[in-house]
Amino acid sequence: MILSRASSLYRWNIDRTLAPLLLLAGLLCTAILLLIVLFLSKEAWPVLANGGWRAFIADNGWYPREGLFGLLPMLAASLVVMLGAITLAAPVGLGCAIFLQFYSPPVLRRGFRLLLSLLAGMPSVVLGLWGLTVLVPLVARWQPPGTSLLTAILVLAMMIVPTMALAGAAALSLVPAEMISGAAALGMGPRSRILYVAVPAARRGMLSGVLLSMARALGETMVLLMVAGNVVQYPHGLLEPVRALTANIALEMAYATDLHRAGLFASGLLLTLLVLVLAGFAARSLRYG
Amino acid sequence: MMGKRSLIVFSALLSLITPMALSAQRLTLTGSSTIAPLALEIGKRFEQQNPGVRVDVQTGGSSRGVNDARTGLADIGMASRALHESEADLTAYTIAMDGVCMILHRDNSIDALSDDQIRDIYTGKIRNWRELGGADLQITVVNKAEGRSTLELFLAYFGLNNSQIKASVVIGDNQQGIKTVVGNPGAIGYVSIGTAEFEEQNGSPIKRLPMNGIEASTAQVRAGRFPLSRPLNLVTKGAPGELALQFIRFTQSPGVDDLVEGQFFVPLEH
Repeated sequence: MILSRASSLYRWNIDRTLAPLLLLAGLLCTAILLLIVLFLSKEAWPVLANGGWRAFIADNGWYPREGLFGLLPMLAASLVVMLGAITLAAPVGLGCAIFLQFYSPPVLRRGFRLLLSLLAGMPSVVLGLWGLTVLVPLVARWQPPGTSLLTAILVLAMMIVPTMALAGAAALSLVPAEMISGAAALGMGPRSRILYVAVPAARRGMLSGVLLSMARALGETMVLLMVAGNVVQYPHGLLEPVRALTANIALEMAYATDLHRAGLFASGLLLTLLVLVLAGFAARSLRYG
Repeated sequence: MMGKRSLIVFSALLSLITPMALSAQRLTLTGSSTIAPLALEIGKRFEQQNPGVRVDVQTGGSSRGVNDARTGLADIGMASRALHESEADLTAYTIAMDGVCMILHRDNSIDALSDDQIRDIYTGKIRNWRELGGADLQITVVNKAEGRSTLELFLAYFGLNNSQIKASVVIGDNQQGIKTVVGNPGAIGYVSIGTAEFEEQNGSPIKRLPMNGIEASTAQVRAGRFPLSRPLNLVTKGAPGELALQFIRFTQSPGVDDLVEGQFFVPLEH
């Protein structure tokens, strides 16, 4: 009795010192996020105050030198590029995950997983440079200028496939083995086991992988800056150039002053909020499915 | 108690700092955002070579530079243009030249364009090289992002607003512009002359178009003959103070040529 009491007291002591430290780490992370949002709001204030935000919706085009701050075409471009990339990447990425988890021979599996991890860690500027020097001239031969919605979607899809495959494989590996062998014992073939047992059981994890990839696609900057063409207009054709919100900030921030600068910070604020909403959905889907 | 102690610490710190602050000589530059990055770099080197001197650079446009120099708010104004006649009360010291040239892909058969033709291409009136006697190839118009000095110089020279331009691609820096033209035989763009010359000499398949018959080269920009160029000036009212004069001399010396070229401007002849 005495012994167990002493040891539980001992553990409690560790908890007492560790818990505040962990709390501090947690608070620090949250504080940084809060500070970022506060800072963005403060810098964007000159353009947001006195109803100036209406210009983002009402103005026809983005020409800060001429006092026009229409953001909607770029918001639309960001969303369309993201949705396009996800539509291409989701089947491929989740297919990779199923192959990795159920079909690949063990010899291949390790190499394949390593390759996916390497691809997932590939700096986006390298992919962007590849897109600009290889993919863009190819598309340009077909229909100039080559830098377009299509190239942006293709390169971005390539970028998020590995992330999605790894997230999907992780979700599938969490499906209890008993569940799958149970299905086999009931006489289900491999195809039914995967489609009707494993995938439905892993759908929360897979969905959150997709949502996180969407957040990544929305926040991607370098690739879009290099291959999307950066012309401010509503996306109205696959081969037309568009400018994403992120690329706009990267293009103009270094040389922007006054209201122009505040406008860029406002678009940064908008992006942050969009990414937060996506991350929120991802967390929700993990919890409730 | 706490307040009193911190007050003592604070005043002790202050007494340590104050003599330093007083002995530090301060030089304020305001004006053109084109010159500011260069002035900042030169200022850093000047501070290194002259301990105790602080160079403070603020942007706000050439007009602010001229005004601040006139009212004495700044020791030196920065103006990325020649002085107007109404500004004869000020003295301009040119520290470098900024030149922009039109570039095409090397395989494009066009070798020269008039100002009007360039204006028509950029406003979307001419959309195919065939209309200018070239190959049957769609023109890809490469424009710069807002805020870049190359864009400003280009728009001012051709008398255009950015909203009039029908761009196919918008780029950020000069390198991206050159890569875009290299990858697209139908493209036309404009970049800093220094960058274009360097890239062409290192094998990039681009060509620089002459303007009004004048070859697009750093030599022509330096000589002040190239049309699409402008001087980068430091401006003072009357004779500059000792420190300001020392700084101006330094910005005009060969010791900062590498910094000037680093910002894609053309250094002066020394």
